Amino acid sequence: MIEARNITKHYGEFVALDDVSVHVEKGSLTALLGPSGSGKSTLLRVIAGLEVPDSGAVCIAGRDATMLAPQQRGVGFVFQHYAAFKHMTVRKNVAFGLEIRKRPKAEVRARVDELLDLVQLSGFADRYPAQLSGGQRQRMALARALAVEPEVLLLDEPFGALDARVRKELRAWLRRLHDEVHVTTIFVTHDQEEAMDLADQIVVMSHGQVEQVGRPRELYDNPANEFVMTFVGEVNQLGERFVRPHDVEFGDGDEATVERVVHLGFEVRVELRLANGEELWAQVTREEAERLELTEGAHVRVRPRRAKVFG
Amino acid sequence: MARYALRIGALGYLAALLGAPVVLVGWRAFEDGIDAFLTAITTPEALHALWLTLIIAAIAVPANTVFGVLCALSIARRRFRGHGLVNTLVDLPLALSPVVVGLALFLVYGRNGWFGEALIDNGVRVIFALPGMVLATIFISLPFVVREVVPVLREIGDEQEQAASTLGASSWQTFWRITLPAIRWGVAYGVVLTTARAIGEFGAVSVVSGRIAGRTETMTLHVEERFQSFDLVGAYAASLVLALIAVATLVAINLLRPKEEER
Repeated sequence: MIEARNITKHYGEFVALDDVSVHVEKGSLTALLGPSGSGKSTLLRVIAGLEVPDSGAVCIAGRDATMLAPQQRGVGFVFQHYAAFKHMTVRKNVAFGLEIRKRPKAEVRARVDELLDLVQLSGFADRYPAQLSGGQRQRMALARALAVEPEVLLLDEPFGALDARVRKELRAWLRRLHDEVHVTTIFVTHDQEEAMDLADQIVVMSHGQVEQVGRPRELYDNPANEFVMTFVGEVNQLGERFVRPHDVEFGDGDEATVERVVHLGFEVRVELRLANGEELWAQVTREEAERLELTEGAHVRVRPRRAKVFG
Repeated sequence: MARYALRIGALGYLAALLGAPVVLVGWRAFEDGIDAFLTAITTPEALHALWLTLIIAAIAVPANTVFGVLCALSIARRRFRGHGLVNTLVDLPLALSPVVVGLALFLVYGRNGWFGEALIDNGVRVIFALPGMVLATIFISLPFVVREVVPVLREIGDEQEQAASTLGASSWQTFWRITLPAIRWGVAYGVVLTTARAIGEFGAVSVVSGRIAGRTETMTLHVEERFQSFDLVGAYAASLVLALIAVATLVAINLLRPKEEER
């Protein structure tokens, strides 16, 4: 459906994208995940036509789009800071793409009503963006992008500017929306939890390169390298070995001292120091912590249930 | 207490330096009664000067508005090389003395100037005629729209424009539907300043016009000419008309603005 092949993009000396190839299936929800400066946003903007790559090709729906202007690509783009048209009402914002296409007035009106309903903004049609909350503005931006029935929906850190709670709500809502509308969607995020929660497929990027592509579970269980292991999920490093905190087993193995016990509700975070001075932390349930009598200063024995070593 | 002192200080300063002279001009204009005032501003020279001033402003202001918006776009959006040079050159009219601007135009378009001979051979008079006065006024009032619009463009950023383009809008449609509405107050304020400057210009126009009463005399030149001829009522009356035009522009813009923000 979307194919980016051997994309390279430089900004002066800085290499934003270094020979990146990504394939996205029709109807899927794909996350581009990486730290800032990893090139994930640049890749998204190249797919949208907002940036021109130095080399490489972009195919959308079987059509070579590399040389096409953003107007001709059939993409919907949602910006982190909403890019709301401030001087237009919510209705006008959503209608923009349709009015540009000179659709009949009645049709525009019906379609906008339908979309406002879909993004739960029906009562806000005559408000201005300044009168909306961040979450509402982003939903408006989404409706605006969906109005022109794009083949592809591209979201650049769509929840990045929102507070944690609204973010979670919108995330669940976007997942439901995608199940309803089924438009091929790519979103950029630096939040691995967000990527795991939403995406069918995750593309992990760093330093302008693709580190690994896979389903959330695959990335977590079989990370291809150290970067993916440490970026996707929590991890302890013991010499060459990488151990997930929930894979630290008590009762057997090396001697360690409990330095701190942090209660996070159901889950308990136990910070340990091994006899050789190395530090690690274990994630256990509250019940387990009580059964094992894990208190500060306690002496215990630990060993990794599972560990990864990367050549 | 300190706040009151500050307020009184600020108001007093403005009253002494700005208010008093303007009020006095108004008062002196009517010193010999309203008939003398009306006579003074309805002489053929005064009417022609007013007409000429308005004509020049009517050409220079739209020209600088269009150019100013284009120039601001190129500076703020950095779409081409050399935008830094443009950015610097735009301020030149603010830095140069208007008299120097007038002399420079003289050197380029005058009888012995670069284009002077060619233009005169083709029957086009620039110096001592309307074209020269318009050129001088455009030059002098060029920076205002640019300087008002560039910060607004920087502040709104280009995301709205990019959003419009992904929604299918051409650059032309994006400009009319997104960019221009977003910068309209910057443009409006720039137009007010440009108009004020264009109407009030003296030095540059004085050099290139030749100051022929009834032919190439603008309102400001007329004020000075009346003053030099010891016709004080005539000078004050013409000054008052100039001041009223300036106030009218300011009021017009302030009447438009709140309506827009109330919605």
